[in-house]
Amino acid sequence: MDEQLPLTNFSLHNTMSDIKYLPGKEPHPSEHRLIFKNIDRAGWDTSIDTYIADGGYDQLKKAIKMEPSAITNEVKTSGLRGRGGAGFPTGVKWGFIPPNNTKPVYLICNADESEPGTFKDRYILHQDPHQLIEGMVISAFAVGAKTAFIYMREEFPEAALTIERAIEEARAKNLVGNDILGSGFDLEIWVHRGAAAYICGEETGLIESLEGKRPYPRIKPPYFPAALGLYMAPTIVNNVESLCHVKHIIEMGGAEYAKLGVERNTGTRILCVSGDVKNPGYYEVQVGKITMGELLNDICGGPKDGRSFKAVIPGGSSSKILRCEEVFKIGRGEDAKDLAFWDIQMDFDTLAACGTMAGSGGVIVLDDSRKMSWVLNNINHFYAHESCGQCTPCREGNGWMKKISDRIVNGLAAPEDIQTLEDVAYQIDGKTICAFGEASSWPVEAIISKFRDELTAETSQDNQRLSKEQLQREAYLAE
Amino acid sequence: MSQDILENAVASQPSPGDKYFKPFEASAEIEALADERIAHYPVSKLSAVLPLLHIVQHNFGFISKESITWVADKLEIEKIKVLSVVTFYPAFRQSAPGKFHYRVCRTLSCAMAGSYELMDKICEITNIDRSKLSHHHPIVVSPCGNYSVEFAECLASCGSGPACLVNDDFHDNVGPDKAQDLIDKYSLSWTSNFL
Repeated sequence: MDEQLPLTNFSLHNTMSDIKYLPGKEPHPSEHRLIFKNIDRAGWDTSIDTYIADGGYDQLKKAIKMEPSAITNEVKTSGLRGRGGAGFPTGVKWGFIPPNNTKPVYLICNADESEPGTFKDRYILHQDPHQLIEGMVISAFAVGAKTAFIYMREEFPEAALTIERAIEEARAKNLVGNDILGSGFDLEIWVHRGAAAYICGEETGLIESLEGKRPYPRIKPPYFPAALGLYMAPTIVNNVESLCHVKHIIEMGGAEYAKLGVERNTGTRILCVSGDVKNPGYYEVQVGKITMGELLNDICGGPKDGRSFKAVIPGGSSSKILRCEEVFKIGRGEDAKDLAFWDIQMDFDTLAACGTMAGSGGVIVLDDSRKMSWVLNNINHFYAHESCGQCTPCREGNGWMKKISDRIVNGLAAPEDIQTLEDVAYQIDGKTICAFGEASSWPVEAIISKFRDELTAETSQDNQRLSKEQLQREAYLAE
Repeated sequence: MSQDILENAVASQPSPGDKYFKPFEASAEIEALADERIAHYPVSKLSAVLPLLHIVQHNFGFISKESITWVADKLEIEKIKVLSVVTFYPAFRQSAPGKFHYRVCRTLSCAMAGSYELMDKICEITNIDRSKLSHHHPIVVSPCGNYSVEFAECLASCGSGPACLVNDDFHDNVGPDKAQDLIDKYSLSWTSNFL
């Protein structure tokens, strides 16, 4: 039956009215596709000819005739906030390059996508490499970088080849390399593959890794590598999705782009939904224009049959978990109002006001079949594995948190273990060089504060008395 | 008396997978690949340490003592600097894996979709003792040397879990019921698109 249906036509955006998508991969009608316009598109491939036939590299031709500072101003006007996790305004970040700088400037594309729950960059890198390259050339021109690196995570071997092939194609058409399109601007782009370390997503850790060292994040200040970065020169590190947005900002103009989304949270962003929903996947929507309820129930089709939603991790596993029955106090004084979980707008500021963060856009949904102790244990294993080991609270604390949560899931925990676990988390939070400390302790703090009774119910006073269990606990601690 | 710093520090162990990988040799072809990568980093050759280690692991299966010495000589740095990088990154192995190396994502979304069960099933089919898999021994090779398994952290395909990398090939939506297919796909005559 399905095969006989014609490819669906979507008029989501005026430039997309004649785009057809692969059967079963059509965007949801609530989507607004800019970055993901070509993902799962019928007849699409990664070659430069396909991209150029679709109007590709036109924005580069336009941008290369502009003043670099004018491009930066457009990006500032657009209000684009970084899509990697922190949500810092991209144009402002570019502006931190010292004005009297005489050193070479570097642009790095952070393609180390590894926040659990996030899977947006994978599709750009595998299916639309030229969009990223065009965005990077425009961005490099704006910040004055003559060398750019794409720091690609090791787990994307196919994407590394796709991107390298795409760079060669672009070089053959004088879109990368020396004297790009006769403008006198030179740019080399190199792919640098990581080696399966989450910490390389932290921008100063990434820079250390690119310098050939262990990726220990650098001590701040300087707060931004734009002042001192790669080889102690000004360096701009941007996420894959952020760099792609730059192309669309040039196309639409910063002011027009800023009309997408809501105030202070402009543009579109890709929400990656995984876990216990009927239709998990990637959905590009205007920032803040849809609510949590619309996302989970309408776009993702609601919970699996016979289940109900229990909790949601809204921005990658580092963000604080939200219970579905929670009501948040938003605003201060007379403006204060109650906001139910289902009415949360999916933007940076609303999620921050609810005590969590929009992060990298990875929404992990848990239904009533999930035990929170198991979820906590899985997350703790991840962070214990990925701590770089530079700061003692994080290196030791994450190992302890993993062991305590191991005890809880194995039924070997005592009731006071929950308090110990919480104490350890607060001893990491804010006491480390980089944000990994917060990233690893926030999920623990949030799960304990919101599901304390459920966790305590899995512990037993007996674990205090029984010598056999005591021995097993000792064995765990000694491991 | 000076002793080679790598003598006791490199953890290479004999592995049933050894027969599938030729011993490290800095052939003209490997040298050329390395020189091409080094040219990407005119400011500091040290930056090429990851690319060179990738070349070694891709062609010889794992990072041996001899290859660390070669990388250090090539980049004109101390061997200990190369070793510190090798021991930090989970992607680098110091012993041979199986001919087909299965990396199953164990992080939250894939675990919810059944990646632990997938791992159990793969181990059962390939005769791998799953209890030998631990933090200190992340890779276990089957007795025949054809297969090896490892848990990976988030492969960034959370919406279509469980996800699994077999050598450089990516597979998603591979529930435990697909384990047999995933093994059968890699018969011994198979050659990778990327190798």
